[in-house]
Amino acid sequence: MPTLELTVNGTQRTVEVRNRTLLVEMLREHLGLTGTHVGCDTSQCGACVVLVDGVSVKSCTMLAVQAEGAAVTTIEGLANGAGLHPMQEAFREHHGLQCGFCTPGMVMSAVDLANRNPDPSEHEVREWLEGNLCRCTGYHNIVKAVQAGARAMGGAS
Amino acid sequence: MIRPAAGGAAQAPEALSVVGRRMRKVDGLAKATGRARYTDDIALPGMLHGKILRSPHPHARILAIDTSRAAALEGVHAVVTGRDMPTTYGIIPWTPDEHPLCVDRVRYVGDGVAAVAAVDEDTANAALELVEVAYEELPAYLDPHDAIAAADGPFIHEPRKPGRNGNVTKVVKLAFGDVEAGIAAAREEGGVVVEGDYFFEGTTHTPIEPHCAIGLADASGKLTVWSATQVPHYLHRELARVLELDPAMVRVVQPPVGGAFGGKSEPFDLEFCVAKLSMITGRPVKILYTREEVFYSHRGRHPFHMRYRTGARADGVLAAVDAEIVMDGGAYASFGLVTTYYSGQLLTAPYQMPAYRFHSTRAYTNKPACGPKRGHGSVQPRFAFEVQLDRIAEALEIDPIELRRRNALGEGTRTVNDLRVTSNGFLECLAMVEDASAWRRKFRRLPYGRGVGVAGSTYISGTNYPVYPNDMPQSAVQLQVDRSGRVAVFSGASEIGQGVDSMVAYVVAEELGVPLDHVRVFAGDTDFTPVDLGAYSSRVTFMLGNACIDAARRVKRQVQKVVAEAWDAKPQEVLLAGGLAVRAGDTGTQMPIREAFNLAEAAFGALGATGSYDTPKDVHGSYRGATIGASPAYSFTAHVAEVEVDPETGFVDVVQIWIAHDCGRALNPVLVEGQMEGSAYMGFAEAIMEEQIFKTADQGRAGLHNAPSLLDYRIPTSLDTPALRSLIVESIDPEGPYGAKEAGEGPLHPSIPAIANAIYDAVGVRMNALPFSPPRVWRALQAEAARTPAARSAATPAAVS
Repeated sequence: MPTLELTVNGTQRTVEVRNRTLLVEMLREHLGLTGTHVGCDTSQCGACVVLVDGVSVKSCTMLAVQAEGAAVTTIEGLANGAGLHPMQEAFREHHGLQCGFCTPGMVMSAVDLANRNPDPSEHEVREWLEGNLCRCTGYHNIVKAVQAGARAMGGAS
Repeated sequence: MIRPAAGGAAQAPEALSVVGRRMRKVDGLAKATGRARYTDDIALPGMLHGKILRSPHPHARILAIDTSRAAALEGVHAVVTGRDMPTTYGIIPWTPDEHPLCVDRVRYVGDGVAAVAAVDEDTANAALELVEVAYEELPAYLDPHDAIAAADGPFIHEPRKPGRNGNVTKVVKLAFGDVEAGIAAAREEGGVVVEGDYFFEGTTHTPIEPHCAIGLADASGKLTVWSATQVPHYLHRELARVLELDPAMVRVVQPPVGGAFGGKSEPFDLEFCVAKLSMITGRPVKILYTREEVFYSHRGRHPFHMRYRTGARADGVLAAVDAEIVMDGGAYASFGLVTTYYSGQLLTAPYQMPAYRFHSTRAYTNKPACGPKRGHGSVQPRFAFEVQLDRIAEALEIDPIELRRRNALGEGTRTVNDLRVTSNGFLECLAMVEDASAWRRKFRRLPYGRGVGVAGSTYISGTNYPVYPNDMPQSAVQLQVDRSGRVAVFSGASEIGQGVDSMVAYVVAEELGVPLDHVRVFAGDTDFTPVDLGAYSSRVTFMLGNACIDAARRVKRQVQKVVAEAWDAKPQEVLLAGGLAVRAGDTGTQMPIREAFNLAEAAFGALGATGSYDTPKDVHGSYRGATIGASPAYSFTAHVAEVEVDPETGFVDVVQIWIAHDCGRALNPVLVEGQMEGSAYMGFAEAIMEEQIFKTADQGRAGLHNAPSLLDYRIPTSLDTPALRSLIVESIDPEGPYGAKEAGEGPLHPSIPAIANAIYDAVGVRMNALPFSPPRVWRALQAEAARTPAARSAATPAAVS
């Protein structure tokens, strides 16, 4: 079995995986990071989005071995210490979550968007989140949350 | 116990300090940080992974199952088949027609026949390949009409009584008033009679979290099942019954659920299988459905074939409504008995009907079983009926909003089928969408291709009778107050994303005056919580909210009594709010709420209370079936949808939906709006893009699901979803908690007919079959163009006679 070295949420990790272990499997089953969810098996829902070297990736669509040497950030590693990341705070504040199952993927995607575009328009948010499905909210509050979160991130940096 | 007929939580309190404010959800933090642990996030030591083998045939006899090779595979710990769990079950006690795994017959492609538990998922999958099943194929029914027509068989289920059609789950025929006289009167008096055929294609819930369950049988004989269910109590009962266990030795734990929408509201094969496999192996066993399996387990919206005849007088007032409905139930009864009643019973508001008749038949077919999806059984007829109303308005040249206004049922009344209606904010809903959408400037005035449409609806706030007959409360909670000032609430209700745990915290904080973050809600564990019947039929806020008020007021009375004694005041002068006990009219006299609790504990012993709610039982008629559809209160909704139709492609762009919903009182408007938006989104999805379809024999594989994945069963993305504008109407129901009624299902209903009516306003074609996908709309436009060549070039659509 290949031995994989990577950084997960700021910590250097060495993990033994099979060649075909998916990144999401490694995160959930090997490292116990269950905040990253699996909803569809076919790369539509985006509940599994994490950041790999700062770029949002559907972790069900990437092999763990492809993350060799990379820095992976999951929902658990987004905030500094006990506080909330501004994007998490925005989802909480704007009721951008109901059942919460899609939320980690939504938040991680949104962080990538905000890093690229600190003040996205409603349409830009909707276009960016097309690969993240939510079944509860009708997206209305998610879009509001992402816009507010992006602005807060801009202000924070 | 709160029984509203005897008074109780009914009265609106003088001043509310928590309820009605815009607040966060109490579980938002855990969900935003990934710390919420859903069922699949639980991993127990020594846990095995289970998989279910599913039938490749739509209908076949099982001649033999050989599991020996599978059982012999290294890493396999147990294999079970239907014979290991021979007791039938069904969510409705009168129609127990399912086994956890099929015993001698499979009835749809995807029906479970065997289950394995192995050290890992790969081994479990490999073991399934080694299970040998000998089938004898039987004729399959894919169309409900064919199934009904085969009155002499072959049958999908053995008839419950000799001579009955085993392909029919239920027939309901009910008539109120003289329908034929009403129709005749409409014809003779310058009114109109509109007839139409409608088809509502099946759709499915598609929560983003697939079903998952873990079973753990321990050496003491106790069974624990963790499950992504919205009905822990019913699951508890059925597990005990089917597995022949003492219910006191069964515990159901419901972790946070990643969406349900009705799709997790009955026991499923995986829950029985993890339990049985754990009982055999002594190890915890988990089964997680693949997304494909979710499409087979399904229990989504029934396809409905509907025929309506609606008569109205010249002034637009309804004279009679006549409905004939054939429902495609799939392979098992599920909630179908109730669905069959709901298909007719829930149409009788928000409009007055002097005469109404419906004849609904639910057929079995060899497809995955249908059941309750958000707006159970009433979304389909609502679509047809609201299009009928639009046609009546057109024929009589009455504005469709005005037509609905003229027929409004009003409050404090009974429907034609004798359902008691308390509060009713429907007229205000109509007025709000009319204003907000600028209806008067738009209706029949927008350029060709653009249009607006309106529709109204009603829905229940829970059902007056539980799924199994009993006289116990429908909902209960237990409160426990700590010396620190912290209040724990043990709630049997199911948090499925809708915000029930938050609702509990708001109500308790309101009553006891404690800060919100001093209320801890413990829910979803049958070992620790009193029974609540589950998160279905929009019952939770109304029923559990009242139970919370009941429990909290018991504690409050004790606290008020001791504090009043300390202050030499009357108990009702002691107000609990904002973390304080305060003397009314004398804010200088106060003490921290913690001190007040400590005084009460010193006087009465440990502070705590239970609270219950049961429905009134005298709010419906006495005919057979009168109890089904009866609810303590009804919500009302009106939508206006605005669409842009591309006549070249048939593509319908829903630009915006205005949603006005009478929820009685919004306990937290943020959550109510979230439910309204989510509902309208889901209705929009069914209107425009979703359909659950199956291959026919001509296509090679009869009964095979055409698209059991999110790649092919497309649900709307953020880009697809229209702008949604929520407008809350508060009618303050006399029996709801602080006047609240439901908000989670009602606001779905009008989306679909409002969009259909808007398409008509835009391009002059009536969409009578769902979904309004580009091919369907394009074909309708072609047919209309062939019929009236002027239609396509006209600036405004031609009136249809």
